[in-house]
Amino acid sequence: MDYKDYYEVLGLERTATQDEIKRAYRKLARKYHPDVNKESGAESKFKEAGEAYEVLKDPEKRAAYDQLGANWQAGQDFQPPPGWDQGFEYSSQGPGDESAFSDFFENLFGQGRSSQAGRQTRHEFHAHGQDHHAKIMIDLKDAYEGATRAISLRAPEVDASGHVSVRDRSIKVKIPKGITEGQHIRLAGQGTPGVGQGQAGDLYLEIHFQPDPTFSVDGRDVYINLPITPWEAALGGKVKCPTPAGAVDLKVPENARTGQKLRLKGRGIPGKTAGDLYAVLQIAVPPARTAQDREFYERMSRDMNFNPRAKLGG
Amino acid sequence: MAKHPASVVAGEIIEVVSLAELCRSCGVQSEWVVELVDEGILEPQGSDPSAWRFSAVSITRTRVAWRLQHDLGVNRAGIALALNLLDERQELHVHLQRLERSLDDTSSDSDF
Repeated sequence: MDYKDYYEVLGLERTATQDEIKRAYRKLARKYHPDVNKESGAESKFKEAGEAYEVLKDPEKRAAYDQLGANWQAGQDFQPPPGWDQGFEYSSQGPGDESAFSDFFENLFGQGRSSQAGRQTRHEFHAHGQDHHAKIMIDLKDAYEGATRAISLRAPEVDASGHVSVRDRSIKVKIPKGITEGQHIRLAGQGTPGVGQGQAGDLYLEIHFQPDPTFSVDGRDVYINLPITPWEAALGGKVKCPTPAGAVDLKVPENARTGQKLRLKGRGIPGKTAGDLYAVLQIAVPPARTAQDREFYERMSRDMNFNPRAKLGG
Repeated sequence: MAKHPASVVAGEIIEVVSLAELCRSCGVQSEWVVELVDEGILEPQGSDPSAWRFSAVSITRTRVAWRLQHDLGVNRAGIALALNLLDERQELHVHLQRLERSLDDTSSDSDF
C-alpha cells in the first residue's frame, strides 16, 4: 500500500489552516472536475484531491493523519502502525465510481464510512434495485451496421449486512444500428438486483464513438475531408468517395473549391431520418518532382493567367 | 469476486424518458429535476410534470448537473451557465478537430 501525502496533493504545507485547505481543494476540484476537464488523468487528480480533502477537512481525521508523521514520502510502501483497525475489508471500485478512495484511505479511515453508495440514496419506499450507468466506446461502423460488443463491468454491491464487495461481470450487448453519440441504451434488469419483491435496476450505456481516422461525426451527419486533384476540381466529374458503408461515386461540380461541402443525402448514420454524409473537398496540389512536372507547371504559369491574390491587391 | 459467464443482452435505444424514469436512472428526486426545468437546464416536451418527456440527452445533463452541484457546490444558475459553456466548448472542439484534420490533409501533400 502506498503512502499518500495529502498535503502535497493539495499543494499545501503541513501547517496550512482549515481555510487554506478548503480553498486549495475547491480550486483543484474546479480545475480537475471530470465533467469540466476532459484531459486524461483529470479524473484521478480530482479523486485524489477529494480524498485528501475528506481527511484534512475533518480536524479529527487530520490529527490522526498528522500523527503518522511527516517523514513519509508519497508512494512509499506504507503499513499502518499498530493501533489502526484493519478489520474492514475493501476492494477498490471500478472506474466511474466517484466514491472510490485509495487503499491507503480505506485502511486508515474506511471503517468509519457508511456503506451506502454515495449519492444514489433511494428516496422511494419500494426496494427497486439501483440503476447503473456506464460509457461504451463503439466504432462508427457499428452505428451503420449494428454490432455485438462484449463489455466488462465492475459494480460495487452491498449485501444484506451492509458489506460492500465488487462484482465483476461480462455481458454481451447488442448495439442497435442507427445509434448516435451520446444516446443511451437501456438494458432492463442489468442494474442492482432489487430487494425482496423489488425489480432489479436497469443499466444505462452511454454511447461514444472511437475517434475515426477518416470520418468525423456530428449527430447523424458524417464528414469526410476528400482530397481531389486540381483537374478534378476544375473539370468536375465523378470521384470515388469512401463512406463507412463502402465507397460511392460522388459527382464533383466544375470549378469546385477547397472547403466546398458536397452532400450525399442519407449516407450518414441510418435511422428514421438518416443523416447525411458531407464530403469536404480538399484540392491536393501535385508536387513538381521531375523536370517534366516543372515544365508542365511553367506552361500553366504562362498560359493560365491566374492570380489568386488579385483581390488582396497583390 | 464471482465471474459471471457472458450472455447476450439486447438493449433498447432510449428516445425519451418520463420524469419518473429520469429520476430513477439518475438517482435524484423529482423536486430537484423540476428545479432544473424551471431554470431551463432541461427542456422537456409536454405541459405538466406528469406528461413531461425528456430527450435522452437529459440523462447525461442531469447527471452532470448533479455532480456539479454535489462536487463543486455550483448553484442552479451556475449549473445552467456551466452546461451551456460546456456544450459550446464541445462544439468548438469538434469544429477545431475538423479544421485541424483538413489542415493536416493539405499539409501532408507538401511533405513529398
